[in-house]
Amino acid sequence: MAKSILAVDDSGSLRQMVVFSLRAAGYQVTEAVDGQDGLEKAKMQTFDLVLTDQNMPRMDGLTLIRSLRAIPSYQRVPILMLTTESSDDMKAKGRAAGANGWLVKPFDPQRLTEVVKKVIG
Amino acid sequence: MTIDMNQFFQVFFDEAEELLAEMEKLLLAVDVSSPDIEDLNAIFRAAHSIKGGASTFGLTDLTDVTHVLENLLDRIRKGEMALTAEHVDAFLAAKDILKMQLDGHRLHTHVDQEAVADVRMMLQSLSQEMPIAPPPPPPEAVMVKEDDTDKFAHVKLCFRIELPQLGERDVTALSGELALLGRLSTEVLSDKRHVFTLATDETVDDIIAICSFILNPDDLKITEVDMPVSVVASASSAKTEEELGYGFFEPLEDLRAFIAQGSDSEQVENKAQAAPTPEPVATASAPAQPDRRHNGRRETDRNQVGQESSIRVGIEKVDQLINLVGELVITQAMIEQRTLALDPMQHERLLNSVSQLTRSTRDLQEAVMSIRMMPMDYVFSRFPRMVRDLASKLGKKVEFVTHGAATELDKGLIERIVDPLTHLVRNSIDHGIETPSVRAAAGKSETGRLSLSAAHQGGNIIIEVSDDGGGLNRERILAKAKQNGVPVGDNMADADVWQLIFAPGFSTAEVVTDVSGRGVGMDVVKRNITSMGGVVDIRSAKGFGTTISISLPLTLAILDGMSIKVGDEVYILPLGYVVESLQPEPADVKEITGQGRVIKVRGDYLPLIPLYQMFGITPIFTDPCEGIVVILESDGRKAALFVDDLVGQQQVVVKNLESNYCKVAGISGATILGDGGVSLIVDVAALLRSSRQLNDESIFS
Repeated sequence: MAKSILAVDDSGSLRQMVVFSLRAAGYQVTEAVDGQDGLEKAKMQTFDLVLTDQNMPRMDGLTLIRSLRAIPSYQRVPILMLTTESSDDMKAKGRAAGANGWLVKPFDPQRLTEVVKKVIG
Repeated sequence: MTIDMNQFFQVFFDEAEELLAEMEKLLLAVDVSSPDIEDLNAIFRAAHSIKGGASTFGLTDLTDVTHVLENLLDRIRKGEMALTAEHVDAFLAAKDILKMQLDGHRLHTHVDQEAVADVRMMLQSLSQEMPIAPPPPPPEAVMVKEDDTDKFAHVKLCFRIELPQLGERDVTALSGELALLGRLSTEVLSDKRHVFTLATDETVDDIIAICSFILNPDDLKITEVDMPVSVVASASSAKTEEELGYGFFEPLEDLRAFIAQGSDSEQVENKAQAAPTPEPVATASAPAQPDRRHNGRRETDRNQVGQESSIRVGIEKVDQLINLVGELVITQAMIEQRTLALDPMQHERLLNSVSQLTRSTRDLQEAVMSIRMMPMDYVFSRFPRMVRDLASKLGKKVEFVTHGAATELDKGLIERIVDPLTHLVRNSIDHGIETPSVRAAAGKSETGRLSLSAAHQGGNIIIEVSDDGGGLNRERILAKAKQNGVPVGDNMADADVWQLIFAPGFSTAEVVTDVSGRGVGMDVVKRNITSMGGVVDIRSAKGFGTTISISLPLTLAILDGMSIKVGDEVYILPLGYVVESLQPEPADVKEITGQGRVIKVRGDYLPLIPLYQMFGITPIFTDPCEGIVVILESDGRKAALFVDDLVGQQQVVVKNLESNYCKVAGISGATILGDGGVSLIVDVAALLRSSRQLNDESIFS
């Protein structure tokens, strides 16, 4: 069965690019428009991987990651941050929140697929 | 797999445009003295999103401007700087520049680089600091960099730092700090203590100094060790990852193992302690808890209801859908008509299904049509800015209000209404609303009021541009009309006088400003609106202002029609024009020599238009008292159309006759009826006009 991925980003174009590249690579991708939406979708189905932006309305990425980690079924789901800030501060915050890795925006669609493959095969 | 980035450009352009519009709206609404933090955040996010997208797509010029803008916005929203009116002006200017740059990329229009530089300067000077370093260049499709970026590549020393038992939070904080010194790797001992391996050029003292923020240095065991292969390896792998723009917080193998455990929930409890997890794994709650998850789901379902989301679809797809549904409606009507001939007792179930089909088809049609509907806000939202700019340019004070921005109108019409409305709003500010001193002298408040409103009225939408300015000047319009050689009389009704301003080349403005008043415009406005099937009406009172009211059909694609029969032909009358239908008494029909017949309806004499004469058809009846007359009204004029019979009322899908056949006078379009036949839609407005012309000619002759 295809691995399922939840892509959370408030920017439609970024989201579409993520979705397009990952679908082309054979993944099942669900989109969410912000942290709140992402959390709700994550509760309805346990994904194999979560990709999330940091800066979003309603609920930011770090809050989403913390909320996901509080859900038993999400304690071992890899979460990658898609962030424009690659500062160590941001990485440390992401790590503390429970993210497993980060990917700096802007990124190349191919790179994204590569990273995702590394993590969930 | 290669991915063509171009396919995402359009989405980005659309999105950026929306974000810019949103930003402008927020900026115009923001209260400079006490800005709402949520608004500031939203403005920041808009700039941030545009920057993110722009850099993804390699639009460096956009990235440059948004970068400066974002920095400034960030400082304001964090409260490091107070918002001032200059900021708002600069942000609005930046929004314009971004729009220009965006158009430059999208439509290949000219981009004024000087203006771009000006705005950047302005934003930078506002942030009161040295020019901000340009943002990092966007990545090439594949990033290839020199190997010199890793500042820790040449470190010689390596330390093993054994920590006492610490909370996860402290370990994370510490690792974050130490990672700044060099390459750090972490392992966890069996007694849950963490051990860092740090490859760095810093001294032991520095490490101790950092650690002492969190723990007692005496509990720390630091030993210098040989550079372990793993650190070198992970350092080099981390380095490449860093360059590639991504990284993992633990070795990939660990991460994968960590996931693998997740898929085997029974092992979670024992292995959780061994795996270096970023957050303490709540082992107690690790076993599946069906109850809690169940509750969570219910809650989600509830939340889902109020949630809004949208997808972006090309308009041609929507139009195709509308067309197909139109065909479906016709087919459904055919089926319905065919089944009417069946015996209801014998075919009860079929007939039930057909009536269900009818209902569903109607719902489907309505739903599909609503896709094309857009709120008037799409148009209204561009005016606050224009009004603000124009008013300040002309030295006037204008309060701008809108009503009914949620009123929906067909997308095709909404795009075409923008230009006429822009013109009208411009006119109101330039000619309508007076300067503060004139207003004060007239005993009015110095601030003029301009309102834009939209409301549904029957099958139409009424859009009004209203100002409380000086009003139209009757004498000047009449004088100008005489000067232009238009036949006018001094005792013309006001409504007729106002209509004169729609004549080509008509301007009574004393001063031609660069805003309006060149004498082109109102005729174009009227022509545009008429071509949309709309009507313009003016109400004005000297000294109290002017209201220009536009009435438009909601959509051009579907029409509520009344089908009527003349001879063997069935015609459709747009229901909007139909006032009533009646069978006249012989006494009410009067012949006027040389002018045809009139019919008396409730005391009014209306011209009688026999449709069979207009279209040259052999009718069943030639006496109006045997057939039916339908009273039609357009442009405030009424007439009675004499037909043989009324067939019924139905929604029809309008098919363009011109594109399929050719333009026919008196016919505005065609539709396909339930029986598969084609029926023509009568152009009622043209019919009324032509009947009047006939009468007028007969008067003059």
